[in-house]
Amino acid sequence: MASPKISLRGVHKAFGPKKVLQGIELDVAPGESMVVIGGSGTGKSVLLKCILGLMRPDSGSIKIDGEETADLSSRDRARVMRKFGMLFQGGALFDSLRVWENVAFGPIQSDGMAPARAREIAIAKLGAVGLGPEIGDLFPSELSGGMQKRVALARAIAREPEIIFFDEPTTGLDPIMADVINDLIVKCVSDLGATAVSITHDMASARKIGHRIGMLYEGKLIWQGPVAEIDRSGNAHVDQFIHGRAEGPIRMQVRKL
Amino acid sequence: MSIPLITVLGRMTLAFLASIGSVSSFAFQAIRQGLQPPWYRQQILRQIMEIGYYSLPVVGLTAIFTGMVLALQSYTGFARFSAESAIPNVVVVSLTRELGPVLAGLMVAGRVGAAMAAEIGTMRVTEQIDALTTLSTDPFKYLVVPRLIAGIITLPFLVLIADIIGVLGGFLVGVYKLDFNDVAYLRNTMDFLQFQDVFSGLVKAAVFGFLITLMGCYHGYTSRGGAQGVGMATTSAVVSASILILTFNYFITEAFFAR
Repeated sequence: MASPKISLRGVHKAFGPKKVLQGIELDVAPGESMVVIGGSGTGKSVLLKCILGLMRPDSGSIKIDGEETADLSSRDRARVMRKFGMLFQGGALFDSLRVWENVAFGPIQSDGMAPARAREIAIAKLGAVGLGPEIGDLFPSELSGGMQKRVALARAIAREPEIIFFDEPTTGLDPIMADVINDLIVKCVSDLGATAVSITHDMASARKIGHRIGMLYEGKLIWQGPVAEIDRSGNAHVDQFIHGRAEGPIRMQVRKL
Repeated sequence: MSIPLITVLGRMTLAFLASIGSVSSFAFQAIRQGLQPPWYRQQILRQIMEIGYYSLPVVGLTAIFTGMVLALQSYTGFARFSAESAIPNVVVVSLTRELGPVLAGLMVAGRVGAAMAAEIGTMRVTEQIDALTTLSTDPFKYLVVPRLIAGIITLPFLVLIADIIGVLGGFLVGVYKLDFNDVAYLRNTMDFLQFQDVFSGLVKAAVFGFLITLMGCYHGYTSRGGAQGVGMATTSAVVSASILILTFNYFITEAFFAR
């Protein structure tokens, strides 16, 4: 395997007494799409935020292109951040800005592009996610959930990042719109030749957008492998999760009725 | 009553000191970021409109009625000593030194501090602040610094306008209700007014502008946990800004006028 784009070694993160990540080991190759699955509250979002640099891990190493990023200064952090695009779970669109201004935010504010040129790019990116130019002048609150997700995707790819993160890209969408988003994600990632890391608990989405899947359980990645092998992982935890069974080795923290 | 009083007091003291520490480090980081480029000029202008222009009606109304009631109240007092001629001076000095900056500050704290905490708090809980970071934009520089700069610049102008409108209120009551001669009223207003009266009020205004926007940004930025968290942030922003305004008001007054 070529030297990994993203490499995590022994990443730990705790909030007070609650140990969320307990030694994450993960390599993602350039151009690969890695999907991390796991139940609610298992630390998927925390893992993503640690890689992104929105949270600082307590210990361990996170390397992007071989560069250690766990303890960067804010200036170096901004430089590394330039490689990233992120699709947030709720979209996280700026509600005070129009749709095109949202998509053009990175190019204008961070890269100093002229607004007229950035607007052209924004319209083109909106087109790439199947939205017409007339959408550009609306405000995010005027859009449906699926459209907001697409705008957020357009914003995530506007600066043509090398690495794109997807936080629960299909949560809260109907199955058809979820599949539309999945298709768009596959298309955008392959068009850009980007590396992708997604977290989800939607197995249909995971199978569609991932090359490899890893399962997060009790702060560790307990299984990793190609998508094709997930059905014969031989791991009881993985089997229980992908078939969505309440009975199995994973016990939910609920009292018996 | 299972928790002894001392324990409660101790916890409250610790929580209080911890919040002073975190506000201070927030303020320090904001000032440090504010001293280096880039500055988002459009954001600063937008906040100046938001804090200044849109606060004019409420500050103007506060000022005119304050000036009117000052003239009326001091008349009932001073008439007992036949010292009515001091009224214009009392009105203008109380307004410029104290009531202009303090009342304008409190009104703006209620109007702007609350809105800021709610806006930034909502951005926090909907991950818009994280989104800024992923777009290589420092949320401190983009959200906090423009608001602080706008607050420091705008409040003195608001207070100057409040001073003028307040004096007008006193003038209206003095001339039309208390039968002052209009020229004499204005002359009495200006003759005894010192530069330092107005200047100290404007310095207070700048400090209050910093405190209001700092509290709005701090409580919004650190809010957690959905709608309830944002609601708490809004309340805390207004309450803490109001208390800080009254506290700092005393110490700035002492710095200027204590001999």
